[in-house]
Amino acid sequence: MKFDKPATTNPIDQLKVVGKPTDRIDGPLKTTGTAPYAYERHDVASDQAYGYIVGSAIAKGRINAVDLAAAKAAPGVIEIVTWQNAGPLGKSKSHTAKLLAGPEIEHYDQAIAIVVAETFEQARAAARMVRIDYARAPGRFDLDAQIKSAPPVGEDSGEGSHSPPIARHGDFDGAFAAAPVKLDAVYRTPDQSHAMMEPHATIAAWEGDKLTLWTSNQMIAWGVRDLAQTLMIPKEKVRLVSPYIGGGFGSKLWVRADALMAALGARAAKRPVKVALARAQIMNNTTHRPATVQHIRLGATKDGKLTAIAHESWSGDLPGGGPETAPSQTKLIYAGANRLIATRLATLDLPEGNAMRAPGEAPGMMALEVAMDEMAEKLGMDPVAFRILNDTQVDPMKPERRYSMRNMTGCLKLGAEKFGWAKRNPKPGQMRDGNWLVGMGVAAGFRNNITTKSAARVRIDDKGGIVVETDMTDIGTGSYTIIAQTAAEVMGVPLDQVKVTLGDSSFPEAAGSGGQWGAANSTAGVYAACMKLREAVAAKLGFNSADAAFTGGRVTSGNRSATLADAAGSSAEDGIEYGDLGKTYQQSTFAGHFVEVGVDAWTGTVRVRRMLAVCAAGRIINPKSARSQVIGAMTMGVGAALMEHAVVDKRFGFFVNHDLAGYEVPVHADIPHQEVIFLDETDPIAGPLKAKGVGELGICGVGGAVANAIYNATGVRVRDYPITLDKLIDKLPAMA
Amino acid sequence: MRPFTYSRAKSPAEAAAEAASAPGAKFIAGGTNLLDLMKLEIETPSHLIDVQDLKLDRIEPTAEGGLRIGALVRNTDLAADARVRRDYGVLSRALLAGASGQLRNKATTAGNLLQRTRCPYFYDTNQPCNKRQPGSGCSAIGGFSRQLAVIGSSKACIATHPGDMAIAMRVLDATVETVDPKGQTRAIPMADFHRLPGETPHIDTNLKAGELITAVTLPKPLGGKHFYHKERDRASYAFALVSVAAVVQPDGRGRVAFGGVAHKPWRVEAAEAAMPQGAKAVTGATFAGAAPTPENAFKLTLAERALGAVLAQARA
Repeated sequence: MKFDKPATTNPIDQLKVVGKPTDRIDGPLKTTGTAPYAYERHDVASDQAYGYIVGSAIAKGRINAVDLAAAKAAPGVIEIVTWQNAGPLGKSKSHTAKLLAGPEIEHYDQAIAIVVAETFEQARAAARMVRIDYARAPGRFDLDAQIKSAPPVGEDSGEGSHSPPIARHGDFDGAFAAAPVKLDAVYRTPDQSHAMMEPHATIAAWEGDKLTLWTSNQMIAWGVRDLAQTLMIPKEKVRLVSPYIGGGFGSKLWVRADALMAALGARAAKRPVKVALARAQIMNNTTHRPATVQHIRLGATKDGKLTAIAHESWSGDLPGGGPETAPSQTKLIYAGANRLIATRLATLDLPEGNAMRAPGEAPGMMALEVAMDEMAEKLGMDPVAFRILNDTQVDPMKPERRYSMRNMTGCLKLGAEKFGWAKRNPKPGQMRDGNWLVGMGVAAGFRNNITTKSAARVRIDDKGGIVVETDMTDIGTGSYTIIAQTAAEVMGVPLDQVKVTLGDSSFPEAAGSGGQWGAANSTAGVYAACMKLREAVAAKLGFNSADAAFTGGRVTSGNRSATLADAAGSSAEDGIEYGDLGKTYQQSTFAGHFVEVGVDAWTGTVRVRRMLAVCAAGRIINPKSARSQVIGAMTMGVGAALMEHAVVDKRFGFFVNHDLAGYEVPVHADIPHQEVIFLDETDPIAGPLKAKGVGELGICGVGGAVANAIYNATGVRVRDYPITLDKLIDKLPAMA
Repeated sequence: MRPFTYSRAKSPAEAAAEAASAPGAKFIAGGTNLLDLMKLEIETPSHLIDVQDLKLDRIEPTAEGGLRIGALVRNTDLAADARVRRDYGVLSRALLAGASGQLRNKATTAGNLLQRTRCPYFYDTNQPCNKRQPGSGCSAIGGFSRQLAVIGSSKACIATHPGDMAIAMRVLDATVETVDPKGQTRAIPMADFHRLPGETPHIDTNLKAGELITAVTLPKPLGGKHFYHKERDRASYAFALVSVAAVVQPDGRGRVAFGGVAHKPWRVEAAEAAMPQGAKAVTGATFAGAAPTPENAFKLTLAERALGAVLAQARA
């Protein structure tokens, strides 16, 4: 189905199933521990052996020699694979560093070998007996030391946040020089780790030259492509199965070392092999969100109209890698005639930087929205009013492009009203609750809506139920449920009459999960397939498809009526493809984030007290799972603001705090009352469901709102995340 | 994890004797720290002596009016004990500030005292660490040290004792009771139980080879108000940046020990005389000679202000 004109009234608009806050249909499997995750697929292949990955102990250099003798002689060891006996390997464009190192080492904990043994414990013990003689080479590990030599580099990350290296509109320099009110500040965000619950894990089995991987992966077709390229085999020979995923946040957009090393181990051992990355390996072996240094300059008239906006960002990555596109939203979010946007990339020999939930916008908004708060204060304006004053309904750098739908002002106004923003004292450090300094902060939320093709196969089973097959993934987001809702709505059956199967590369290729594109695109693909199935059903029943009504499990046309079971066996495969509406219109999602914090006046300890997000993202397909997405993202935003920091050892070139005790993410005690409100809207330009994504919108801006609340509470402006108590304590009022 | 043998001891003296006779043996109780360290091959015992059958799981009154806490009393049970809650509130609060409910259900009193540092370099076997591998060097010095010691450290090690319970026991003047491989018992004051790193950071405590903790004894109750303030980046399930264990009497006198600052619970009794004068006087004397790193110098301010908060609350 080609979607090239705005949607008109269609079967989704019945809203009998779509739009309802339905419980997850896969919820009982999850709560009873019976949803099969990759490492637990004991059923899929017999005689599974266990693999353990040996990672590099150095960040950069070369392997002089590997001594496998002791490891090979260890109890239970079946095979050990290194680059020396792995056979020829290619490299996919998705991977900056090789998934299997040797003899060159590109980063710390890069995989060097897999030890395959009869038990997990044997494999792990033998892995520690692999002796490697390294020749260490000097590496570039300090972003600050490298930014001076960082060239401008643009990127299309494939995750939505693409940017040219330097983009100009109007005359920034002139406008900034002339602006009566100015801000010029530098902000820093640290390296961050996805820290999802389920580690990367794969079971690999070969049948002749065919490889099957039961794995944990967000983008099935990308995984097939990249693994086929790496193993240098036809992609038809690779099958990926990933029906349940315990979180990804971008870490599992691409197959990683677990998948490749399991495949190599299984080929060498001639047995299925299962591999999971140990928790302590994940942060340095896989990808992370790169640290940024962001220079923001804003100029405005005295009455608060932005006239000059510059947002320049520096990040680092391995040679051949890409930048964190932190200024991308700054091209679009606020009005203003003169603009400079630049992204520069330093070379670092740290582990590979890559996408993490809302790449670009998440760290970018953490800087921009604090800059907006600082500017509002300079102007003597309320920060909500300042943002509303600078709202735009067009792409400011291409004013002929309108937004498909934009109600950021509505989010901010409703949020201010519901949050009690009027009670905020604009003068910092004035609100007290016992020993707590209390403050409120606001930030806008902004993340683009990406349209991308997505397909599905649907059929009627013997009982008149609907079976949906698509390689779409559910990374905890609720894909199963919203796909079932979509099929139920279009086919006119109750939700429990729909069976959804996901995450298998033998199914039609869907949008996958990333860049908050999963929900709207995968359901659009299922919608397309179901509309085609309606035609097949009508044809099978001999009905005129144009006037056939699908309700209550029946098909009615004129005075004729049949059950869907009468059309059992009907099937259809189709997908959604988009025309130029994504180019003609700017499609984005919007939020107003409001946060209240308490800062302990004695110690500087920051605790969030309450949070509100008001979101505008088109039709909300399932308000319950969408809310879960947003509160999860808000929680991650709190982590980014207050604690998450993958600390680089600049001497040895690795993330030091590489486990969940050292890399802190929020726990329940950190997250008090959260509220989410969705504006009641539909965006017919976005797709047939008139829906957009929300999973990343929820994080974009939250960190800035927390930082602004801390400033309002204390009068201390911290521009270096995370905002931990050591950055506040020396500036707090005298006590005692 | 290296292969190991396993046995279950039937009496404390037998356990100690077995430990002395089997080189490389370790005791295991809750295993919440030891098993993790074995998986990483930071600990590589050749033999584990399981002490769970030793019936050291009682909390009993002593003739002196205190409490004798068996070595195997679980952290959860100790924190919930009515006598502990009533008379030794600082201990109950310290326990509840540590770890998570699941870990406290498993962790024992003796095991908690023996938990090893959380210095990230100790945990990464690719990096030099004098505590893990004597003589290999200290990566933490000049590295990521935000969490690490500000006082009592050495050129060989800047690790901290990571626990909470021991800080409260130190302020209560608890004693650790042990039995050695010859069946001899002794009582070690908490002040002397943990060591400073010096040139031998791989030795955390003054226990002798094979010596088994059988109990921790608390003296009779001190009265006063009890506090355990734990400062950390997240609200739960995090190690202390600084913790303050304090008992403050109505006249303003009291005792205070600090956690998260040294290789052992940090208490300077001579400094406590200044408590009526306020936090600055106390921490100034307690932390005289401190040698923080640039990354953790804030702990000195934090200790002073955290104690200030405690004293203000005590007055309230």
